[in-house]
Amino acid sequence: MGREKVFLSGNEAVARGAMAAGVCFASAYPGTPSTEILETLGTFPEIEAQWAVNEKVAYEAAFGACIAGRRALAACKQVGLNVAMDPLMTTAYSGVNAGFVAIVADDPGMFSSQNEQDTRRVAPYAKIPLIEPSSPAQAYYYVQEAFKISEQFDIPVLLRLTTRVSHTKESFEIDFRRSCVDKKLDKNPRKYVMIPAHARPRHVDLEKRILALKDFSEQSDLNLAQINDRSIGFISSGVSALYAKEAYPQASFLTLGMPFPFPVKKVKEFRRKVRKLYVIEELDPFLEEMLKQEGIDACGRKSSWRCGELSPSAVKEIVSRKERSPQSRKSRRPLLCPGCPHRPAFYVLKKLGLYVTGDIGCYTLGALQPLAALHTQTCMGSSIPFFEGISKMRKGEKVAAVIGDSTFIHTGISGLVSAAYNGTKGLIIIMDNSITAMTGGQQNPATGLTLQGKSFKKLSLEKICVAAGADSVDVVNPYDIEKMEDLVKLRMQQDALSVIISRYPCKMIDRSKGPLLYIDPEKCKKCRQCLALDCPAIYEEDFCFKINELLCTGCGLCKNVCKFEAIRERRKQ
Amino acid sequence: MKRKDPEKEPLNILFYGVGGQGVLTAAELCALAAMADGYHVKKSEVKGMAQRGGSVESYVRFGRKVQSPLPMDKDIDLMVCLYAQEYPRLKDELRPGGTDLFPYLEKAHYAVGKNKIFLNTYMLGVLSSFLPIKEKSWLGVLESKLKKSGQENRDFFLLGRKEGAEK
Repeated sequence: MGREKVFLSGNEAVARGAMAAGVCFASAYPGTPSTEILETLGTFPEIEAQWAVNEKVAYEAAFGACIAGRRALAACKQVGLNVAMDPLMTTAYSGVNAGFVAIVADDPGMFSSQNEQDTRRVAPYAKIPLIEPSSPAQAYYYVQEAFKISEQFDIPVLLRLTTRVSHTKESFEIDFRRSCVDKKLDKNPRKYVMIPAHARPRHVDLEKRILALKDFSEQSDLNLAQINDRSIGFISSGVSALYAKEAYPQASFLTLGMPFPFPVKKVKEFRRKVRKLYVIEELDPFLEEMLKQEGIDACGRKSSWRCGELSPSAVKEIVSRKERSPQSRKSRRPLLCPGCPHRPAFYVLKKLGLYVTGDIGCYTLGALQPLAALHTQTCMGSSIPFFEGISKMRKGEKVAAVIGDSTFIHTGISGLVSAAYNGTKGLIIIMDNSITAMTGGQQNPATGLTLQGKSFKKLSLEKICVAAGADSVDVVNPYDIEKMEDLVKLRMQQDALSVIISRYPCKMIDRSKGPLLYIDPEKCKKCRQCLALDCPAIYEEDFCFKINELLCTGCGLCKNVCKFEAIRERRKQ
Repeated sequence: MKRKDPEKEPLNILFYGVGGQGVLTAAELCALAAMADGYHVKKSEVKGMAQRGGSVESYVRFGRKVQSPLPMDKDIDLMVCLYAQEYPRLKDELRPGGTDLFPYLEKAHYAVGKNKIFLNTYMLGVLSSFLPIKEKSWLGVLESKLKKSGQENRDFFLLGRKEGAEK
């Protein structure tokens, strides 16, 4: 392909860089801000790129490809890596055959996550090298370096992005040549069968490998010092380095593209050259603690800076020893889309006054006022076990679990199996909108379509629920609110473990519209029943309730809940 | 007003509005036009829950060399708000002496009338009259990226560009 001018996001750059590195296998479960890595890799027919059911499976499938002698990667968001921690920790012992890179995208500021954990800490915990690009252009090259390091040191490499790297686009020039690594399938039980007798020597070996990597980190150009004005120096990594350069263009910089293993000598040398050293980093004091551990004198941040993302102006405030000022910027609240099939389901659940354990997906928005029909949400798959614990301890309480189709497949199935096995009774509702919606509409086993839109097997949610031990499985269209309500009531009364699959496609996928609706001001009694549905198409103006005809999908839910027949279909002219 | 020279320091443009409005596409077109003129461009966006009608904002920075994807606070040279109700949220990000294109939003609504889908194209036209990017580069990007209604997009862009030039 040769030289090309590109305008790529960090995620696209990682994908293109991995292609240049000759990656043959890539797997992920969608998760903002990492999703586009696999979406981009899925456009290259020459490699196996796939959506796995969860991050652990993604990691393991990709690692299998690495044992087979082909370069492979697994990608996920920060909380996704938690799910893959089990194989991550032990594959560090095993080491690799062909190069293996785990890519993780952190979300400082929590634009679309439930926490802002700092994945940099995983590197010393698992004893694997950490690579951190600052920009898309760097991401393109650093991912290629990561594969080389993985093979040279026989170790999985962690490549860490953040939202501002993943979702920034940059113009740059690439010289694309696809390299090829094709090793033999590695038949070496001492590396890949981690029984204690094998794991013990591998642990000893891992400690040696990480020491060797420390020397590499001292020499590598990934850790780059730029000496300008010697009165002020900055040590940083990732996008924070660019914020520092923006705020203090004349200063000296040590940018750590490989923050772990920490290049102590290089840092000490840089320290000697500058009068004052500041540490600029987002989230945890990761670099700051390393500096302190080595007794290197540097100015860290006040602890209030451990929350949220940074910016160039934030760097100035950190240098002037200020606390982070409370963030006052108000954003519009996200809403379920007009025509979203979760809305009628939540309408019913709220009406029946249930305590609802929720999960991760668009339907988490059902927790917000005025729908306010969802009461817990922690991590992928937590709804069913939370439901089990609550319902067993509070027998009189009306409790139900709500989980999306993709989340159910991710880690919900095991919760259902465990609940059934342990004699749990009650109701689980699968909100099946037939897509992985929150991350922008990816396919999953229940749609039967792959990342490339191919079809091999389609998972039957009905059958798997029966096999897992559900006493009954009903499928209902949530827009039939009377039927939905009767069914929920019936199943709640029974002494059984019931599953209701509330099935209707996501409005972002099926964009068809029903008849247009309007509110008749003569009949409207302003009871606000329709506003309580929290539909973006219904609004109040000049003391009247109105329907925005551009936004309205004609789903008819508001018409059904209006007691005064004030919402009517517009006659076609 | 003293204009910045992107050869010396990057120009900062902020696009904002609500999800589903084409805010990100407008920012993308601007970034591509600057790139076509040989500038180094970075574009950053916040779109977490954009599809669901939440707030959307995108920063485009271009010059000889751009470091940070985010500019300094209150250092926006050109503000492009595409949704009137969102305007107060970020209006204070304009730098002293910067240009706020908000007064053109009403003109844009008036100019496109029922053809609301061309609102952003008109506003891009207005923006273009304030930027040192060649008209040819803008039109090239519009033509290659907006396949549907190419002629109308071109017309509304030029209409906005003319309006912006009459300052």
